[in-house]
Amino acid sequence: MRVRYQGATRFLSIAVASLFLAACGSGSNIPPAAPLPPPPPPPPTASFDVTVTNLTNAQPLSPIAVIAHLSGYDLFTVGSSVTVGFEDMAEGGDNMALLAEADADADSRDTGTGMAPIGPAGSETVTLTVFDSARPGLLISVGTMLVNTNDAFTGLDGAAIESMAVGDVLSFRTVAYDAGTEADTEQAIHIPGPAGGGEGFNADRDDQADLVTMHSGIVSQDDGFATSDLTEQHRFDNPTAMVRIVRTQ
Amino acid sequence: MKMFKRVAICAVFLSGSTTASAVDFNVEVINLTNGLWYTPFLIAAHPEGTSLFTTGQPASASLQAMAEGGDISFLVTDLEAIGATIAEDPAGGFLAPAMSANADLNTDGTSNVLLSVVSMLLPTNDAFAGLNAIIIPTEPGTYIYNIPAYDSGTEANDEIINGGMAPGVPGIPGDPGGLGGTGGTGAAMADANTNVHIHRNTLGDLDPDAGRSDLNSTVHRWLNPVVRVVVTVNEMVAP
Repeated sequence: MRVRYQGATRFLSIAVASLFLAACGSGSNIPPAAPLPPPPPPPPTASFDVTVTNLTNAQPLSPIAVIAHLSGYDLFTVGSSVTVGFEDMAEGGDNMALLAEADADADSRDTGTGMAPIGPAGSETVTLTVFDSARPGLLISVGTMLVNTNDAFTGLDGAAIESMAVGDVLSFRTVAYDAGTEADTEQAIHIPGPAGGGEGFNADRDDQADLVTMHSGIVSQDDGFATSDLTEQHRFDNPTAMVRIVRTQ
Repeated sequence: MKMFKRVAICAVFLSGSTTASAVDFNVEVINLTNGLWYTPFLIAAHPEGTSLFTTGQPASASLQAMAEGGDISFLVTDLEAIGATIAEDPAGGFLAPAMSANADLNTDGTSNVLLSVVSMLLPTNDAFAGLNAIIIPTEPGTYIYNIPAYDSGTEANDEIINGGMAPGVPGIPGDPGGLGGTGGTGAAMADANTNVHIHRNTLGDLDPDAGRSDLNSTVHRWLNPVVRVVVTVNEMVAP
């Protein structure tokens, strides 16, 4: 029985092999598919909540632009000219072109935008996530316009966050800068915010020098600037915003 | 300018050391303002217990000469008398808005452990930017100090551009940016606080030929800080 059984087994094996060869004979020589390897675990990531709080009396902040990047990308620098995308944000409060520029930059790692303007005393949080492998040298920059002005903005120029552990908090009080791209006329036709309702972006660069400096403040019609459409309510002093960064993951 | 990107925030207040230590470092000054110019900067490392000015105290005659007329020669004489390490006028004249200048200093062989930086703002009567006797960091790295505008308390802020620059002479010595006016009747009487204090800013007006002030209120005001000082401490090479 035993031998016959073995013979039967061999026969069956040959028969199966023949069937297999027959099945393959008319086709290509593709070997049988190897079993799939298990999917690799997703690479670890790090997440940062970036919260901007408006500290001014009557200067809404345009939707915030938040960028996680390495040192090759630069949002703004005192003493340098800004990009057209940045000018668009600083004069008109629209950060779309600015974030498109950042997304196209080889040193950008993640970008995010606020959903709406931030009113005085208000705040908004934007979350950025990067691969953990991108953390060495990682910086965070933030930009937002003071919308009842010609081209004032506040923000953060490359805060170092590489050494932040989960749960760590970094807090900054930021000052008002002048983008240097538009003369400070304080006239409604040049102010996009609710105090003006006028033009935002204009490609002309007609400030004293086409360079970022600190902002010298609002003079206002209440302080003898007869052609100004801004009132003493729109004046501000530094700091103008608080930026709080929390690593959440 | 990329040096701003990765900053070792200073630990200067932690150091209580009184021993002399050699430091090789660079000091960069950046004019942060939109419309003010700076007279020649004075950058000095000096011994512990010394300073160029103290808020709440009257200005020295040497500081007054700097604050009212941009003349740093008297402060230099004072500093040389105490063996200070000095860099004068790194910009080679006026420093325009948004511009920067820098100088190298080395305190090897001295006891100069404090750093001060001063310069007058133009056009003003007696405003000056000051970094006041901070402890020079010894750990190699980049350290940033944002500094305010002070009023020397020695001259009325009349805001009249008349060339007056000698100590005690009223008026503003000059307007390098050329955006001021004439015919002002005088914006202010003598300071209420005649000690060195934080400057209350200028008034200005929009009338280039008359009005209370020769300054332009849309150009010649500022919000602090007015100067950024970037100290870069170099690695010391072993002898």
